[in-house]
Amino acid sequence: MIDAAELRRRTAELLAAHPPATTERLDFLRARFDAGLAWVHYPEGLGGLGAPRSLQVVVDAELEAAGAPDNDPRRIGIGLGMAAPTILKYGTEEQKQRYLRPLWTGEEVWCQLFSEPGAGSDLAALGTRAVREGDDWVVNGQKVWTSSAHIARWAILIARTDPGLPKHAGITYFLCDMTDPGVEVRPLRQITGEAEFNEVFLTDVRIPDSRRLGEIGDGWKVAQTTLNNERVAIGGMRLPREGGMIGPVSKTWRERPELRTHDLHQRLLQLWVDAEVSRLTAERLRQQLVAGQPGPEGAGMKLAFARLNQEISGLEVELRGEEGLLYDDWTMRRPELVDFVGRDAGYRYLRSKGNSIEGGTSEVLLNIVAERVLGLPSEPRTDKDVAWKDLSR
Amino acid sequence: MSTQPDLLYSEEEEALRAAVRDLLADHCDAPGVIARTESDNPHDLEAWKALADGMGLAGLLVPEDQGGQGATHREAAVVLEEVGRAVAPLPYLTSAVVATEALLGCETDGGLLAELASGRKIGALAVALNVAPGGAHKVVRHENGALHGELTGIADAAVADVLLVPADDGGLYAVDADAVTVTPQTSLDLTRPVATVTLDGATGRRLGDAEPAVRRALRAGAGLLASEQLGLADWTLTETVRYLKDRKQFNRPVGGFQALKHRLAQLWLEVVNLRAAARNAADALATGEDVDVAVAVAQAYAAPVAVHTAEEAVQLHGGIGMTWEHPVHLYLKRAKADSIAYGTAGAHREALAELVDLGAP
Repeated sequence: MIDAAELRRRTAELLAAHPPATTERLDFLRARFDAGLAWVHYPEGLGGLGAPRSLQVVVDAELEAAGAPDNDPRRIGIGLGMAAPTILKYGTEEQKQRYLRPLWTGEEVWCQLFSEPGAGSDLAALGTRAVREGDDWVVNGQKVWTSSAHIARWAILIARTDPGLPKHAGITYFLCDMTDPGVEVRPLRQITGEAEFNEVFLTDVRIPDSRRLGEIGDGWKVAQTTLNNERVAIGGMRLPREGGMIGPVSKTWRERPELRTHDLHQRLLQLWVDAEVSRLTAERLRQQLVAGQPGPEGAGMKLAFARLNQEISGLEVELRGEEGLLYDDWTMRRPELVDFVGRDAGYRYLRSKGNSIEGGTSEVLLNIVAERVLGLPSEPRTDKDVAWKDLSR
Repeated sequence: MSTQPDLLYSEEEEALRAAVRDLLADHCDAPGVIARTESDNPHDLEAWKALADGMGLAGLLVPEDQGGQGATHREAAVVLEEVGRAVAPLPYLTSAVVATEALLGCETDGGLLAELASGRKIGALAVALNVAPGGAHKVVRHENGALHGELTGIADAAVADVLLVPADDGGLYAVDADAVTVTPQTSLDLTRPVATVTLDGATGRRLGDAEPAVRRALRAGAGLLASEQLGLADWTLTETVRYLKDRKQFNRPVGGFQALKHRLAQLWLEVVNLRAAARNAADALATGEDVDVAVAVAQAYAAPVAVHTAEEAVQLHGGIGMTWEHPVHLYLKRAKADSIAYGTAGAHREALAELVDLGAP
């Protein structure tokens, strides 16, 4: 059994063999992966040691103290948080060996080709088609709201392989090469003025069958692993007091007494309390995970943070008075990272509108809480036993 | 903050919860509590005896060398969660927490701590239930060694054996219930009724300075009230979900309608948040770290949530929720009264404004 002491020993060994000060960043990251210290809960040979996930913090702390480079997790969040656990669970040995190492080191960025213009909350209704031709699948369709598509080497893709089956049954999961000539990435400009997302057009993209993940027709089941991990990733952060969106507005309040009004004061205090309580709930969830007793609370964290981010940033725009009439910059830009807290209050206000849509709308998440946590009955379904091709659209 | 608060429940705390829940299930079933509210004895002294004498839970906050159990606010909070879940008419918060904390904050306890801890006596702090920690409150006149005056809104005074009375000389006095007149007031909360305490030349023993003792008592009361509110909110949500799975209209369980599912999911989120806030306050009171902020946050959050869950429970139960027979009204009345008890959410937010440097205009 690998314990904290053993991890410290192995981390020290890695640092001795590859001193961060004299080692190229990428060489260090590769060595770290090969030493099983990338994600310790992954299996041996795939960047881990089969150790408890909660012990990762031990390695991270040692490496941070030694000034070792990290893999810039924010830049490769989709790969780390969504593609990797799905490949680990459903990939062939060959696929795991090929994709996980460059994914973790950040050499290869991943994006997610799931949502479509006609399939948002009802993702299983997606219409991108994959047709078998010899050893290949030929894919045609349109995907949308794809962050990182313009820097991605690979994508996780779900497409319809049998339109004659009910919608959940006819989907298959693929790993798509974003450099294929049939893949066209177009920036999708958002209400903030910038294009942090893309739309992706797939025209006769040929994907070899060796890049299918899971069985034909099992794509919906495979995608659940991706989506469950997405929600964990979005909700599971650890914050200090005033660590989120409440930080900037509190700072403005303290530094600019001339902006204060009684109405804003009441609303600010209310939101400050809500933000602090949400932080405590996230901390409680973290303690439950560490203690090995995960609770259903995670399902609610994303809902809470979406509402808080929107209300707090909305308050901040009002607090700024005349300055609230301005916006820092509408220039169309292509940021590599999603930034919720950066830039001005107006940007934060507009960007946070996406928080209740991306990764599952708040309305869908409330359904999930009601049905999976509270055990309430699901909506009557009219689409369950109907072939996808016969659904109304 | 130097360390993270422990926001979980230990195995011992879960065992304590199970034992208290069993006891209250035996003693404080809903029809019994409803019937009792209109009797001459709204408090359930038999259940109190079992809890205090039988299980020794009245002395959790009292050190062992002073006759108590030497436990902490974390365990007392678990007891209160169960008291809230059952809207049990017990003087636990008022005697085992507030009066006990007042005595712990005095130079001398006059031997009362051990008596309260053992449950042999019930104590009540003679400060109106609505007063926030640090808030202004009435005092009685101290004249020629005797106390004169009338104090109103004193929770659980009807069953108190001893009253802790603040006087105009700055002292806190222990006065036997026999020496004063206690008149029950018709109370919104049927399960934590308030009373008028009239002192007409009563003699009392001076325990120490009232100001620090009262402040300490009200702070602990406000902080641990959040756990009682958590238990209350948890019961109202659980019971409403259970009912809506069962209740059918339009040939469907009512709980299958999305408009109601979203409201229940929203309540669940609030209860989850309240649990973290209440645990944080209990842990802060136990460790002494970050207490003022933790208590103010918990009370600013807990009161609106408890009221919201109780109001939604009444609405979502439909017609039966408006009846005297169904216990949900007890929870609504307790929740609404609790939203005033030990300071409103607004009063606690005002305190926070100072504590975290977010001052008024």
